Amino acid sequence: MTTSAKKPLSMQLTNMLISVWNLIKRIPPVYPVFVVIMIAVGQLNPNFATTDGILLFLRRSSPLAILAMGQVFVLATGGFDLSQGSLVTLTIIGSSLIIYNNESAGYTAILIMLGIGIIVGLVNGFVVSFLKVPSLIATLGMLLLIKGGGLYWTGGAPKGYLTENWRYFGRSYIENIPVIGRFPLAVIILVIVGVIMSILFYKTNLGKQVLAIGDNARTSQLSGIRVKLVRMIAFLISAILAVVAGVLIGGYGGVSIVAGDGLEMQSVSAAVIGGALLLGGRGSLIGAVFGALTLEAIFSLLNLLGLPKPFRDAVQGLIIIGAVAYASITSRRRD
Amino acid sequence: MTTGTISVKNLKQAVQAIHIPPVYYFLVIITLVGVTLDQVFASGNILSNPTIMTNILVRSVALGIVAVGQSFVMIGAAIDLSVAFTISLTAVLTSQLMQGDPARVPMAILIVFGIGIVIGVTNGLIVTKLNVNPFIATLGTGLIIKGILNGTFANYKGSVPKSFQSFGYDSLGPIPISVLVLLVVVIIGWFILSRTKFGAHLYGVGGSREIGRLSGLRTARIVTGAFIISSITAVLSGLFIVSRLGSGAPWVGPDGVYDLESVAATVIGGTALAGGRGGVFGTLAGVLMFGMIDTVFNQLGVDTYLKTVLRGALIILAVASYSIRSGREAA
Repeated sequence: MTTSAKKPLSMQLTNMLISVWNLIKRIPPVYPVFVVIMIAVGQLNPNFATTDGILLFLRRSSPLAILAMGQVFVLATGGFDLSQGSLVTLTIIGSSLIIYNNESAGYTAILIMLGIGIIVGLVNGFVVSFLKVPSLIATLGMLLLIKGGGLYWTGGAPKGYLTENWRYFGRSYIENIPVIGRFPLAVIILVIVGVIMSILFYKTNLGKQVLAIGDNARTSQLSGIRVKLVRMIAFLISAILAVVAGVLIGGYGGVSIVAGDGLEMQSVSAAVIGGALLLGGRGSLIGAVFGALTLEAIFSLLNLLGLPKPFRDAVQGLIIIGAVAYASITSRRRD
Repeated sequence: MTTGTISVKNLKQAVQAIHIPPVYYFLVIITLVGVTLDQVFASGNILSNPTIMTNILVRSVALGIVAVGQSFVMIGAAIDLSVAFTISLTAVLTSQLMQGDPARVPMAILIVFGIGIVIGVTNGLIVTKLNVNPFIATLGTGLIIKGILNGTFANYKGSVPKSFQSFGYDSLGPIPISVLVLLVVVIIGWFILSRTKFGAHLYGVGGSREIGRLSGLRTARIVTGAFIISSITAVLSGLFIVSRLGSGAPWVGPDGVYDLESVAATVIGGTALAGGRGGVFGTLAGVLMFGMIDTVFNQLGVDTYLKTVLRGALIILAVASYSIRSGREAA
């Protein structure tokens, strides 16, 4: 305090500005971008800027946010999980087959699908870790397996429907809450998943190990990390979260054989917008969640601007290129 | 020493010198298994009916041409996921521009190749100048093309003239023109990779971008060149597809999964995802393997969806069969 008081005021101010600027520079770009888009959406649609509007937005975004969290674990190790979207679809059409108009089978169906998800994750992890197949190919093969398997199981068209108790998680509300009124259950699930995943990613060795493996698998192995095991856990988490996301999407949107199409690319995009580095070594779980929210907010914005739906893809393409270009220009790390 | 042992030795050396990619053994095994299954469980006419063999080849043309381009990009340690939408764009624009008029064929072909070059240059610049990971860069450009395409064209638009359809349907003697085109593309690809300076540099840059740069290679130009080649082959595939269909629609590229299947065929053919290794003959075998599997499944009357399952399993197993022996960890 006393030393700084001796300096001229102008210098103090400049120093302060510089340190503030340094702080701002360290904020990942996804947060300001998210805020700006949310404000724009709120301006265009006054209904959006209410508590209910924001909660509905969060409900719509929670499946993608959950998928993105799973994708971050895999991306951090330097891999990809392209089988997420097909697992979402399988969860929905598989459940409707298991339920087969039998209300009491609703929760059994979810448990069975979680079991299938665990198997899918373990197989992905096994193929990558032990058969040493690059994850791009391994999970692409898994995508074909799940897609073909699901369609074979249903005979190409969805059969049956999803019962109320199955759809409960995706579309119901907790009613009569003071001040805010109703609260979507899907958002609570997003928060629960978010907390568990944050603990895993930030507070346990697992989180540090996935990043270490992505940075340098050989060094990690030499320093005692069980690389194969950690990789398998990453794929396992991604697959389980894909089933959770599938339950939410099915609850919200009902049975469809294209429900999960392209979601794997969206979750990769969300994670990358949130600061994850492809080929591993860097990734942020919270960043990925905000990446997902940003993507959904952009989709809302395009919708409000009256752009036809296909142009969403074009804008998504521009944004992910821009986000990654920005990240690689600002960080000195080159690949 | 007897002449017999010498010739065996020479033969061995000769075989080793050619260096047959391991995928060819796979192709042979799958062909043998397929033909046997066909003999036992189906009509057994894969061998006796030459049109089936021709069909395997024709079916492989679209994927084969674009997979040659994908091989270039992947040898350069990149990946091109925009090819499926480049194929769609070509198919739609070609039929839209030609409007069934033979006089407009050359103009349309020039325009689509021009657009292909623009896409390749764009991909290359995004990857090399903006330092964007190729997976994201080409995923992004693919999405941009997809968005523009789906936002502008809803259905089959225009048509190609009869004369242009000869590319897809006519034969030169017993060999379909399209198969000849595929062979020419493969041979040109082989020539560029193994007999030109650009090819040698591409392997170098793919092995290590940094070492390539330090040895004085213009890495950005070389990688961009690979992307241009990839886009051009995608355009050629699109032209073949539209000549078969007679009219182009926005979904022809993604429906054929040309992006991921060309990557899979290239990897099965022995090109490393990490770059620096591989070649087009391996890729060709990977593509033919897909064609063979499809044909055998059709002969056996395997359910369409089950076919997808088996295809997924075979892709994983084929890559696993040689990745499992590598000392390197996969990611």
